[in-house]
Amino acid sequence: MSDHSKSSPLVTYFAVWAALLVGTFLTYEAAKLDLGKFNAAVALTIATTKALLVALFFMHLRQASEKLLKLVVISTIFFLFILLALSMADYGTRYFPNSHLWS
Amino acid sequence: MAVSSSSHEDVHNPALLHHFATEEQQRDASNLGMWIFLGTEVMFFGGLFCAYLIYRLLYFPDFAAASRTIDAALGGTNTAVLICSSLTVVLAIWGAQTARRGVMIGCLILTMVFGLAFLGIKGVEYKQKFDEHHVPGPSFNFENVPVPGHPDQMANPRHAQIFFSLYFIMTGLHALHMIVGLGIFTWLLWAAWKGRFTPEYHTPLEVGGLYWHFVDIVWIYLFPLLYLIDRH
Repeated sequence: MSDHSKSSPLVTYFAVWAALLVGTFLTYEAAKLDLGKFNAAVALTIATTKALLVALFFMHLRQASEKLLKLVVISTIFFLFILLALSMADYGTRYFPNSHLWS
Repeated sequence: MAVSSSSHEDVHNPALLHHFATEEQQRDASNLGMWIFLGTEVMFFGGLFCAYLIYRLLYFPDFAAASRTIDAALGGTNTAVLICSSLTVVLAIWGAQTARRGVMIGCLILTMVFGLAFLGIKGVEYKQKFDEHHVPGPSFNFENVPVPGHPDQMANPRHAQIFFSLYFIMTGLHALHMIVGLGIFTWLLWAAWKGRFTPEYHTPLEVGGLYWHFVDIVWIYLFPLLYLIDRH
């Protein structure tokens, strides 16, 4: 937050805002295309890009100098990954008679 | 930003608490605290996203049929509204940093207007679901709704009910966070009006802003996951 120029953050803010709106429009339109299994991948890629834009520029993660803060953010993502990956490793290898996955 | 000296003797800012050496250290500590809280929030919402992921993989055709009944245009509008509110948050902080009182207060009010608009649109959406009997419970009705791409195959109402349970819990919990955020911003607006925030000290704005942006990020994921399953 020790930026000396006073006009540059505004340009960044409005550029990020425009990119986020474009991303929303893209998600909406991409959902109408039949991409098979890639529909979810495209949606999540756009959503993650938007989330990164918000975190890096609006939440000023890009300018964060504190190593402790970076540790918090990285461990958050890491533990979320453990939650999702280990749960899916369990449920993904079970037999569910009523699921379309097994029909 | 931190132009203050590091010694205690010549500190003039009354906002600097005695157990911090510098304003910058105090500010970093506040921000770190909020980031840790947001870390717990990620795990909080993460459990719901995990449940969503499991059931979506198990009952994808039913989830797709249920998702199609939600008004995606309203959800998309709400996404745009939240993105605009995130912009006004950073503009309010910029106003505080550059001693532009009008920008700061105006943008705080705009943020709250966007937040209320979001909740209003959400209310319209919920009303539709109540009218259609898509709210989980005794009156839930999802009979004879075809699975997208298979006009002869009907969605399983019990599986669709799981989708709507997740839809109401996740968007409801998000809406609750919006209401809490509006409370925080009411206080921020009051403090800004009282002249509590200066270019040297506006940490509450930054910390409150972090919370608001986080709620925005949750919605950025909720929108495609709940509203845009198999829309083609």
